[in-house]
Amino acid sequence: MPAPPQPFVLSAFVVQLLLHPGAALSGTVGPALKGLLAGVGVGDTGYNALVALLCFVVMSGFVTVTALVLTLAERKVAAYFQNRKGPNRVGPWGLLQPIADVVKLLQKEDIVPRAADRPIFLLAPFIGMIATYMVLAVIPFDQGLSVTDLDLGVLYITAVSGLGVLSILMAGWSSANKYSLLGGLRSAAQIVSYELSPALVVLSVVLFSGTLSVQAIVEKQSAQWNLWHMGPMGVLGMLIYLTAGTAEINRAPFDLPEAESELTAGYHTEYSGMRFSMFQLAEFMNMFIIAALTVTLFLGGWQPLGPLRALGVPGYLWFFGKTTLVMFVIMWFRWTFPRVRVDQLMKLEWKILLPLSFINLVLVALWAAAGVGK
Amino acid sequence: MMNLSPQSKDALKTEEYWINMGPQHPSTHGVLRLVMRLDGETVLEVVPHLGYIHRSMERMCEWDVYPQLVHLTDRMDYLSAMMTNWAYVQVVEKAMGLVVPERAEYIRVMVAELNRLSSHAMWFGAYCMDLGAASAFFYGFREREIVVDLFETLCGQRLTYHYVRIGGVSKDLTEDFVPRVLDICETFKRAVDEYEALVTGNVIFQQRTKGIGVLSAEKAISYGCGGPVLRGSGVNFDLRKNDPYSVYGRFEFDVPVGKNGDCFDRYQVRLEEMRQSVRILEQAVKQIPGGPSMADVKAIRPPKGEYYARLETARGDMGVYFVSQGGTKPYRMKFRSACFSNLSCLPEISAGWKLADVVSILGSLDVVIPDIDR
Repeated sequence: MPAPPQPFVLSAFVVQLLLHPGAALSGTVGPALKGLLAGVGVGDTGYNALVALLCFVVMSGFVTVTALVLTLAERKVAAYFQNRKGPNRVGPWGLLQPIADVVKLLQKEDIVPRAADRPIFLLAPFIGMIATYMVLAVIPFDQGLSVTDLDLGVLYITAVSGLGVLSILMAGWSSANKYSLLGGLRSAAQIVSYELSPALVVLSVVLFSGTLSVQAIVEKQSAQWNLWHMGPMGVLGMLIYLTAGTAEINRAPFDLPEAESELTAGYHTEYSGMRFSMFQLAEFMNMFIIAALTVTLFLGGWQPLGPLRALGVPGYLWFFGKTTLVMFVIMWFRWTFPRVRVDQLMKLEWKILLPLSFINLVLVALWAAAGVGK
Repeated sequence: MMNLSPQSKDALKTEEYWINMGPQHPSTHGVLRLVMRLDGETVLEVVPHLGYIHRSMERMCEWDVYPQLVHLTDRMDYLSAMMTNWAYVQVVEKAMGLVVPERAEYIRVMVAELNRLSSHAMWFGAYCMDLGAASAFFYGFREREIVVDLFETLCGQRLTYHYVRIGGVSKDLTEDFVPRVLDICETFKRAVDEYEALVTGNVIFQQRTKGIGVLSAEKAISYGCGGPVLRGSGVNFDLRKNDPYSVYGRFEFDVPVGKNGDCFDRYQVRLEEMRQSVRILEQAVKQIPGGPSMADVKAIRPPKGEYYARLETARGDMGVYFVSQGGTKPYRMKFRSACFSNLSCLPEISAGWKLADVVSILGSLDVVIPDIDR
């Protein structure tokens, strides 16, 4: 059979890239790139380095765009919860507002307080960003579409997501401001406590799916999403995960580390300009991550909903659609609830969520052992 | 608990520290400064510092003739300026034995009750904001806005009205005043129910207010508290009922009284007061007679002597005392407002609570700092 003409191959590739980006990248682009590099005498190491660099560039672009869109989305959602219109002056429907914000922040002076512990103060925002990037590496956007698919992906997420607290603690300590310090202290207590129940919930999903790979967990949900496949424990698990996740990323009603009415701005009180915006960026990305993980663990990740598979909507659209929905719920929390007090926050975790997630874990174990839902 | 050696006990020693809240802080509502001694998050001592917005008003009163002093009172309790105007005007009229036209008395009652509505609506928003519920702020402002718009049509000002004058009011009612008041009554009936539905039942809100900052009836009386703070503690005292001035004796309304004297009771008393203000307004609209809105005032020279009169503002008992030597200017003028007394009980009722509770308690006292400093 003669080779099809060149334009046809190209358009077929574009179609494949749009419908199955994971397969297109690993099946077509990867080998082609490898062959190209081998032609100029660069081996596997060079190829891996190049891929890592490309991934970093792509993910940086992704983080920037997502964070920009989320800032606007958050402000719009907040506005409509509050009988306002929100940003609507820069560009149509205020769409260019985030860009104006970035330009403003870039122009701001980067102030370091004289009493601050300078190296730590300067480093803190980057640590937060690093933690965020590290988690993003294993988020499955579509079949085969993630920066890397670790066998121990779930364990990895649990491990690195705790790094974010370091940044907040460092910022709070090094600012030489008592409000910042209080914010940092609150954050340390809060994040360490709220690592526990999500970890147990994740463990229950791992038990049920029988794998630690994030991609494999999604693959297993092709017929039924964990939300109902795990029975009532799926619903309970998701509620616990969403609540604790909201607390873990310091969002209202658990935004104590930056409680405006108590601590002015908490741990980032002394930050300005781009350093401040890096905290904001990390915060918005963390919201995305929690939503994405909720979707991955319970809502079938990039899997379509049962019979809707026939529509042929690409997986990444499913993934982003579901993630957007969960993010809206998280924003909804923020704009409707008052803030809890620090001791009430701890009580919620240690006396309610933690026992519940233990019970949930045991029930899921029994459920899996009995082979129900298999 | 493990056994700690004396050395390690020493190493775990914690320290108390002082923190300065204000004069620039999101929840000290103006320029109040609270110096707090904290042990971790627990507040051991609160010392309020005043004087950041002192304008020597009482001294300024000695320089100007009586009619020129009304506008100074606008700038004391600026959230219920109609009532502070009235408090001053009332004592001068009493000194001169001036008879105010009945229509003017009704107009004063109506603008005072409207002002009470707007003040409480704004308080509701600000208090929820203190507790971290940012959206409620805009709901409070939404209702305040229509009252303020009405005042703007009436006297050209939205905050500092200068409307109640010696002998009556500066302008008669506009034609659309009565229908707009009825409209406001309907809006507020709906709005207060909405506030209750949105906030009162919320679990987090109840946890943050019930049992917090309990002020017993005896203490409230001994500190000289007034208004909703006094009534929230279970003391049934309202000058409009207990010492009816103007035409208040002709209206039917209830005085809401709390039971426990905590933040939640003060909150409920204010919401209920809004309903009662609506009742008064509806009766006033029906009863208002025709005639002049300003007495025929020739020269304002109160006879030699000392005079005192008081009335109930949105924040409680406001008294004005002055000494006249028979001239056109007062010899000495002294204002007494409930805000100072209400704030003075803060150190006692907030010791031992958490930092976040101090914000909640301070918010529930509803102090206006320029009314304390003058």
